[in-house]
Amino acid sequence: MNPIYLDHAATTPIHPEVIQAMVPVFEEVYGNPSSVHHFGRKARQIIDEARRVIALSINANDKEITFTSGGTEADNIALIGTALANKSKGNHIITTKMEHHATLHAAEYLEKHGFSVSYLDVMENGQVDISQLVTVLTDETILVSIMTVNNETGVIQPIREIGEILKDHQAYFHTDAVQAYGMLELDVEALGVDLLTASSHKINGPKGVGFLFIKNSVKVESLQYGGQQERKRRPGTENVAGIRGFQAAVELVANDREQRLTLYQEYKTFFLQILEKEDVEFSINGDIKNTVASIINISFPGTNVEALLTNFDLSGIAASSGSACTAGSVEPSHVLSAMYGSSNQTTVNSIRFSFGLANTKENIEEAAKKVATIVKRLAIN
Amino acid sequence: MEDKKNTRVVVGMSGGVDSSVTALLLKQQGYDVVGIFMKNWDDTDENGICTATEDFDDVVRVCNQIDIPYYAVNFEKQYWDKVFTYFLDEYKAGRTPNPDVMCNKEIKFKAFLDHAISLGADYLATGHYAQVQKTGDTYQMIRGVDDNKDQTYFLNQLSQSVLSKVMFPLGHLPKKEVRRIAAENNLATAHKKDSTGICFIGERNFKEFLSEYLPAQPGKMTTLSGVEQGKHEGLMYYTIGQRQGLGIGGAGDPWFVVGKNLKENVLYVEQGFHNDLLYSDGLLATELNWINNEPPKEKFKCTAKFRYRQKDSSVTVIPMEDGKVHVEFDEAERAITPGQAVVFYLDEVCLGGGTIDEIIKNEEYIDYVG
Repeated sequence: MNPIYLDHAATTPIHPEVIQAMVPVFEEVYGNPSSVHHFGRKARQIIDEARRVIALSINANDKEITFTSGGTEADNIALIGTALANKSKGNHIITTKMEHHATLHAAEYLEKHGFSVSYLDVMENGQVDISQLVTVLTDETILVSIMTVNNETGVIQPIREIGEILKDHQAYFHTDAVQAYGMLELDVEALGVDLLTASSHKINGPKGVGFLFIKNSVKVESLQYGGQQERKRRPGTENVAGIRGFQAAVELVANDREQRLTLYQEYKTFFLQILEKEDVEFSINGDIKNTVASIINISFPGTNVEALLTNFDLSGIAASSGSACTAGSVEPSHVLSAMYGSSNQTTVNSIRFSFGLANTKENIEEAAKKVATIVKRLAIN
Repeated sequence: MEDKKNTRVVVGMSGGVDSSVTALLLKQQGYDVVGIFMKNWDDTDENGICTATEDFDDVVRVCNQIDIPYYAVNFEKQYWDKVFTYFLDEYKAGRTPNPDVMCNKEIKFKAFLDHAISLGADYLATGHYAQVQKTGDTYQMIRGVDDNKDQTYFLNQLSQSVLSKVMFPLGHLPKKEVRRIAAENNLATAHKKDSTGICFIGERNFKEFLSEYLPAQPGKMTTLSGVEQGKHEGLMYYTIGQRQGLGIGGAGDPWFVVGKNLKENVLYVEQGFHNDLLYSDGLLATELNWINNEPPKEKFKCTAKFRYRQKDSSVTVIPMEDGKVHVEFDEAERAITPGQAVVFYLDEVCLGGGTIDEIIKNEEYIDYVG
């Protein structure tokens, strides 16, 4: 049995060309980028070039890109670092009920340390309720953090509208674009964002690398202390090979994003068609017309997440509920709870399928048929 | 001969050494083994730390060592409804419940077994010290060979259909041997301490735990004839035969709990370990399960346990018309406690058991035990 991977929103396989780009760095470039000698400069060149390519990918300036260990670290700097640096301007932060835990738990940390946080509601279509944003925004608000694409539902958020609302407000606007980067055209100028998080391993790059875009004008306090790296915002010797790999992944996406998206959209449509043909009872969480091509979140009435995921895995289908586990057991989804209310059954019977490089039309078909069989069996019991 | 490679066995894994070795042995025998951790109780503290997380982490390490897939399943709601509610109700009624028996009956070998079957399992295996033997068409439950670890007492409510689907791979092993196998295979849990006490209370103070759920009603502590000896902190904190925590000093023999009066909220105490009031001649048992699925029609002799790890006592079981039984002791028994299980044996075979409902002395139900 060849397992089939339908969990690209969790992480993606590394593209062979990314590996090719990283190998010479491992083999030849061992200098410390901070060293003032030949070996150091070689390494520094690699980081500078990656920074240039990545800055360009979101229409930013090189100096506005801070490399991090990934999305979680970038979100933490964006929230905690920005809050600490700007507390003289106010102590209020706004985010949403559907953010990734990297944002939510950082916000909870800030609440424990004297900041006040408003969590915006999420509508049934999976989008944040922006009418609420206007009502909770105060003169004390220093930061608004709203994700670009939700990681569980794939629903695209109205970032440009939010940027517009915040244009003349003191609050900085951070967006966690981990699920959007590589899927959507992101122009920080056009979107009006001041901080933006992205991660390498979601776009077929290596794990352990990400970046935070920090607009020049934004004051951020460092959460880590040490050397001068990353303009002291993120001290520590850089992950040179990882950063090179991230660059390669970004270049690949830049070249063939449209083709990839078309393909993933086909997979999604095909997958749903088979479920329909097999008479599976299901409903889609969030407005499907407004989702990224790679993610679909499906509720299967009469089932539960744990039985579904375990059965899927035992049949070689890797999917996810997208939400947190405690002691290995799946908690009801906080995203779906925000959309439908915590007592709604969808919070415990929904699965996220996410498509990508590891898929072919054939394995999508095989996976969909297996999913149909399992769901029908479990829904009867 | 069944094809082991195509026989799926779900192992209920707790993160302890017994279930770890259970999974290892089955894997070595060639079965298609799947490890599943059950989360029945949320004891997350203010620091976000929960023993279940630690235990699941051990399950993960062991399963990765023996290379089997692992999952978790959450039965918190079922556990609360079926086990914890019963547990509290029994204490409210002045009895001493046995949540482990109920957990095996309602959760491990019902909800969890159903879950295992929904995963395509042919068998459910656990690390219990007990043995299943098929004789003809009947499954028998036999004591584990390690006398000190035998757990058939807790498994007395299992039915034929359950036994047809369970495996107890440790039943023929002494605990020492299980530890040795774990160490020899460098299992992550080889040196982990055995868990003690009731699973959801763990190492915590029992009184404190119970007081979070049931209001304690302090009252008088008297002898059976009404001589006041002090105050009790709440009847639920005491069990028949208990000596500790009474706070009665003075001359003479130590004091023991001999009974409870729920209506008057009085705890009865008397002096002497062998005080006659602690002894009885028989009991009435309810909620009986007969493992061979054939309730006895006539009275018969066998042995019985009234508490876990107690030595067997010779008894006569007298079936009654309503399915309950009277159990007559060959010799007077000390501190028989309503709410606990009575479990019957013929030599090594566990016949089944029930719940101790009434205590009999001089051919009458005695009312002072509660």
